[in-house]
Order: sequence, then C-alpha cells, then structure tokens
Amino acid sequence: MVLLCSGISLVVAGFRLDRLAVGAAYSFPIGFLCWGLNVLGRLGLAAAQDALDRLRGRPLRTQGWGCGWGAAVPSTVFGLIVGPSLGLSVGDAISGFRSPSLLDWGSRSTQVTLGVSIVAALLATWAISSIERLAAAREAAQAAQRVAAENQLRLLQSQLEPHMLFNTLANLRVLIGLDAAAAQQMLDRLIAFLRATLEASRTSAHPLATEFERVSDYLALMAIRMGPRLQVRLELPPALAQQPVPPLLLQPLVENAIRHGLEPHVQGGRLEVSARAEGDTLVLEVRDTGVGLDAAAASGTPGTRFGLAQVRERLATLHGARTGLVLEPAADGPGTRAVLRLPLTAPHTPA
Amino acid sequence: MKPTALIAEDEPLLAAHLRQELLRLWPGLEVVATVGDGLQATSQALALRPTLAFLDIRMPGCTGLEAAAALAEDWPQGPGAAPFPLIVFVTAYSDHALAAFEAQAADYLVKPLEPARLAACVQRLQARLAEREAAATPGTHALDGAVAQLRALLAAPAAVAAVPRLEVIQAQVGSVVHFVPVAEVIYFEAADKYVRVVTAGREHLIRQSLRELMPQLDPAAFWQVHRGTVVQARCIAQARREESGKVTLTLHGRPETVTASRLYAHLFKGQ
Repeated sequence: MVLLCSGISLVVAGFRLDRLAVGAAYSFPIGFLCWGLNVLGRLGLAAAQDALDRLRGRPLRTQGWGCGWGAAVPSTVFGLIVGPSLGLSVGDAISGFRSPSLLDWGSRSTQVTLGVSIVAALLATWAISSIERLAAAREAAQAAQRVAAENQLRLLQSQLEPHMLFNTLANLRVLIGLDAAAAQQMLDRLIAFLRATLEASRTSAHPLATEFERVSDYLALMAIRMGPRLQVRLELPPALAQQPVPPLLLQPLVENAIRHGLEPHVQGGRLEVSARAEGDTLVLEVRDTGVGLDAAAASGTPGTRFGLAQVRERLATLHGARTGLVLEPAADGPGTRAVLRLPLTAPHTPA
Repeated sequence: MKPTALIAEDEPLLAAHLRQELLRLWPGLEVVATVGDGLQATSQALALRPTLAFLDIRMPGCTGLEAAAALAEDWPQGPGAAPFPLIVFVTAYSDHALAAFEAQAADYLVKPLEPARLAACVQRLQARLAEREAAATPGTHALDGAVAQLRALLAAPAAVAAVPRLEVIQAQVGSVVHFVPVAEVIYFEAADKYVRVVTAGREHLIRQSLRELMPQLDPAAFWQVHRGTVVQARCIAQARREESGKVTLTLHGRPETVTASRLYAHLFKGQ
C-alpha cells in the first residue's frame, strides 16, 4: 500500500522531487482512505450477510469477511466515492492548498484525482483479492490433505488394532518357547499381514486370490489365538481367482466378524468367507455364527463404524452405484453376514 | 493354608503360559481353575474361593471388570467366610486407563507378559497375603477394600456413544405389542437374555439385555442397585441395611422387595 501510494505520488508530481511532498500529501490520504473504506465496506457487508443468515437460520458463510466479487465490487465503489473526497480534504489540510470540489467535473485536478484513484483502487483490489484467493486455495488444499492423512491414520489404526497386535505378540512369545517351527510360521503370517496393511494404500487393486491369502494370514493368527473356538472356511472358485479387487477390501469385514461376532461369543463359532459370480456381478460374503448384530451393538467393544464406512467409500469411489455392502442377520441360523457386490471386471470362465 | 489361584483368559496358549509361569515363580501356589470366559470366572471363583484371581479384561461372556464386580456382589460375608480374592487384571492394551488399575486392583499385568514384571507381581501378592494373615479380621477388610476399588473402576467413564433416551418400551407378546411408558416402570430385572419390565399393574419380558437397555435410561431417575437390577428411584419406599452389607428395598406399588448389592449399598446412606 505504501509502495503504491509512493508510486502514485511520483507520477502525480511529474517525477519532480520538489513537488513530491505535495503529491504524497494527497495520494497517501486518498489511497489509505480508499483502502480503509473498502475494507470497512467488506466487513460491513459480511456482517450484514451474517445477520441475514442468522435471521433465516442458515449456516454462516462469510467467516467475518466478505468474499468474492459480490462483496469486493460494491465495497471498492464505496471506497472510490467516499475516499477521494475525504482524502482531498485531508491533503488540503496538510499541504495548505485548496483543491476544487470533486463535484466540479470540469476541473482538471478533479479528473486527475478521480482517474488516478480509480486506477489505483482497481489495481489494489485486484492484488488483494488475488492474494486472498491464493490463501483460500492454499487453506482448502491443506484441509484436504489433513483429512486424507487423518483417514490414512485411522485406517492404519483400525487395522493395527493394539488389542489384536499385542495379543498376537503375546501368543508368539509363548509359542517360541513351545514350538519354534510353529512360532516361525506364525511370525511369517504376521509379517505378511503387516506388510499388506502398510502397503494397501499404495496399490489400487490386486487379484482376489491375493486378497484371500491376506485374509487367511489374519485368520491363521486368530486361529492360534482363539484355539478350538474358531473354525474357518475359505471358498474361492478358481475361475474368480484373478478378479481384481481393491487391497484389503475383505479384511475389515473379516475383522468385524471376529471382533464383534465370534470373539465375544463364549462358544466361539464358524467363519466362512466365499466368492461367487452372479451374472456380471462379483459377490463376496463373510458369514459368522457369532453373537449377532444386536448383541454386538450393545457389547463392551463399541466399534467406530469406520471399517464399514471405509469399505463403502472405497467401493463407491471405484464403481459408483454398481456396488453395495449389506450387513444383516444370517438367514440360516445365528450370527451375521456381510455381502459385498461389485462388477466383474476381468473376463472369467464359468467353472 | 496353601494359596490357590484362578486364571480367566480366553486365549488357550496365554492361559497355559500364565499358569506355567506362576507355578515356576511361586512353587507353593495351586492353580485350581483355568476358565475361558467372564461368566465362568465368576461362577468358578464363587465355587472354589481362590486366594488369587487373574482376570483378562477382554473376554467373551463379560469383561474381567464385570466378572470382578459380580464376584464382589455375590461373595459370602460373615464369620468363617473366605477372604475376598486378590484380583490381578491382565490386559493386552489399556482399554481403561492403566493408572486406574494401578490404584484399584491388587496389581495389573500387560500382555505380552515380561518375566521380571510377573515376578514383581508375585512378590507383591505374597506381601499382601502376609499382611492379611497378620491382620486381626482379614475377611471383612479385604472385601470392603475390593468393593470400594471396584466401584471406582466401574465408575471410570467407558467410551459409549450417546444414545437417545427411551420414552416407551415396546414389549411383544405373541402377535401383540404392548406399549409401556418408561416413566411407569418400577424396576427392570435381568433374566438371562431377557429383561423383565415391571410396572405396578403387570410385567413384560423384552428381548434385550440390561446392558443394552441401560444407556437409554436417565441415570438420575433409574438407579442400578445390582448388576441385574435397575430401579426407578422415586418408587423406592424404604431401604433397610442387612448384616451381609446388602440393602433390602421396599417399593411403592409392588409387594415384593428388591435387593441392592454391596457394590451399590453406598447409594442408600441416608442424610
């Protein structure tokens, strides 16, 4: 602002140093008054808009600051009308000259004052609004980045659930003393599980057979932990083995079935993970014979619903409305089943 | 007398390991039961009266905390009764603040168990037992202490999502659904997987557990007085303190009495 006013002083003074002080005496008050009134105008407009929103019960939009051209243009015009006339009076007071009134359109000094003010105001408004727009864009980008990072963290947290991780390590620690070979196998499963969890965000798809392998890693760990309380059956028809699916799509569903269905169930139970083709749709099903949805909702291990929401979101992003995830009481006995539907993408040969 | 222990842990390898390590560190100890769920933990502890109870926090049936609370409610009291067990909570990860365990339980252990940490725990328990034997009236003090500690642990805020208040209970009987305003309910009583909803006129069974129902009730109006009983406070006519530390409640509008366990007896202290 100071630079702009100094520049204008120079121009008005015709680049003669002896007239610089007089130029500055006018251009500084005019410039700052235009700018100040512009700002005041925008704050006023923002307040008015907020008041109106509040009256209508709508959420506030301005965040205390009029944004966009809708607020910038009227406030700039307001600044331009009031700024120069007030500024001229201030300039007169400082320099001791007497300027003709701005209403005197014929006067050359009026034309110069108004012309310079308008050009300067337009320049300043453009500069300020560009800076603001840049700042707003930067803020939005940062917010989006923050949300993405938070989601990533929550995904990792939900998969590296401390209760699961430390209990698995506790079992591993015991197994090392009892059966070193079995302990190595368990460690290999844990390594594969951890690697898949950490790498899931880096690839967008892998074959269904790989997804089943990751699920079986996890279930092998759970089988050691739960002993005879857990029985597992995985069913993947060879024709569907190469179907591409997002990595760790089934994982949250299997973990939910264990954590909310079978782990809280005194007798334990059976977990079945299966894939089948229905027309051009790939149907994936995770079924448990655990405590059921109602009991799980009220149990001592409240979920965040993050797992399910995340599966739905990933499916919707990839395939839009052609996908679905249904969680319902199992029809043929106790427990819960989760059914995922997504389009068959790679050609498959019916078995 | 030879000290005895009960181990409640749902993961078989971990249970076997804890048992083995305890016997190694404490040759005089006898492990009288190893159970895999919270309900058996309570019933076996009541039947076998062990000196020590190692309770996993997250177990099927009910949590280690709930098992300990049930044990404190039903533990017999009086001359000749066994002292209340020293309770050690075992957890893979602090679902509750670890500090709370430190203050409230005889000890707590974190999985995977470290040998040195377990040895320290054994020493601490042995010291507590020696202290108890030296004391004049062991039984009562141990139970009173445990009750106070469990109360504090149970009061620790659990991460429960806000649930809307229930206004009307829909109780299905055959093909008819009865609407029972919650305000008319005198008390709720847990009955296996059901809850008995008792009003002045009649009672209904709803297919819901007390644990599911509780968060939907106004805690100022409905007081839990036992792990299986919730009473509407304004329906309580009289509270009589019994020898056993329990409190018998007589009610407005119902002929029968309701028992408040010693875990909740402090609600009826008079003014």
